[in-house]
Amino acid sequence: MAEKTIAGKSIAVTDEGYLTNTSQWSKEIAMEMAKEDGIDLGPKHFEILEYLRKEVAAGESLSIRKVGKSGIADVKELYQLFPGGPLKLSSKYAGIPKPTSCV
Amino acid sequence: MSNLEQKPLDKVLIICAKGNLEDVYAALVMANGAVMEGIETKLFFTFFGLEGILKKRMDKLHTATVGNPGMRMPGDLPFPTLLGALPFVEAGVSSMMRSEMDKLDMPPPSEFLEMITAGGGEVFACKLAVEMFKLKKEDFSPEVKDIITIGQFYEMATGQNTQIIFT
Repeated sequence: MAEKTIAGKSIAVTDEGYLTNTSQWSKEIAMEMAKEDGIDLGPKHFEILEYLRKEVAAGESLSIRKVGKSGIADVKELYQLFPGGPLKLSSKYAGIPKPTSCV
Repeated sequence: MSNLEQKPLDKVLIICAKGNLEDVYAALVMANGAVMEGIETKLFFTFFGLEGILKKRMDKLHTATVGNPGMRMPGDLPFPTLLGALPFVEAGVSSMMRSEMDKLDMPPPSEFLEMITAGGGEVFACKLAVEMFKLKKEDFSPEVKDIITIGQFYEMATGQNTQIIFT
């Protein structure tokens, strides 16, 4: 556990940078986290992040297959939006825990 | 040197040589997992593993109900080998396994291969086995990039943090 200053606010994060308190999330925080990885978040990214937050809030478990069938972006587009980590990176920017699914 | 040891994998080459449902899935899950971690991934199918990429049969794979001591009945009862030898038992058990996997969001192999290539993973068939089984490129899933020799396979295994995994 660590505290990190993101977008001018002190945020509780895990060693890997995932928010530990999802209610501390904001769009600005997502933008800044993504920027650190060299990704500029656009409207499509945020649609995915909102979808992930909603699913997790509803207690659903996430998989890349499920997100790919969300109707927002297919699997290929997910890889383009979040290069090198379609589920891990999007979960991080969405302020939800690191994904635990194997698929 | 300790820094070097902590470096993540750059590339994995995964070999699937068996055509049982669980063997093909082991390779697919590992390949897809690697792609999702941003690891360069090559998936190589050979011998009976080719079942996993054959258009006609890849989504109808079976698990062995004979000679499979790990097999249990629902309720954790032992699964008698003789029962497994009865007609339709293997097909029934296999279709049950497929539906259980679908519940866990594990797609059928055809879709799994699409997910792997969507993330930049590459899928290959072994030339020797393809010739032995008298198969052609068009018999395979469109996600199969090429039919290659073992030499070409090793040529892909370059780079420091590369691993070859035989499932």
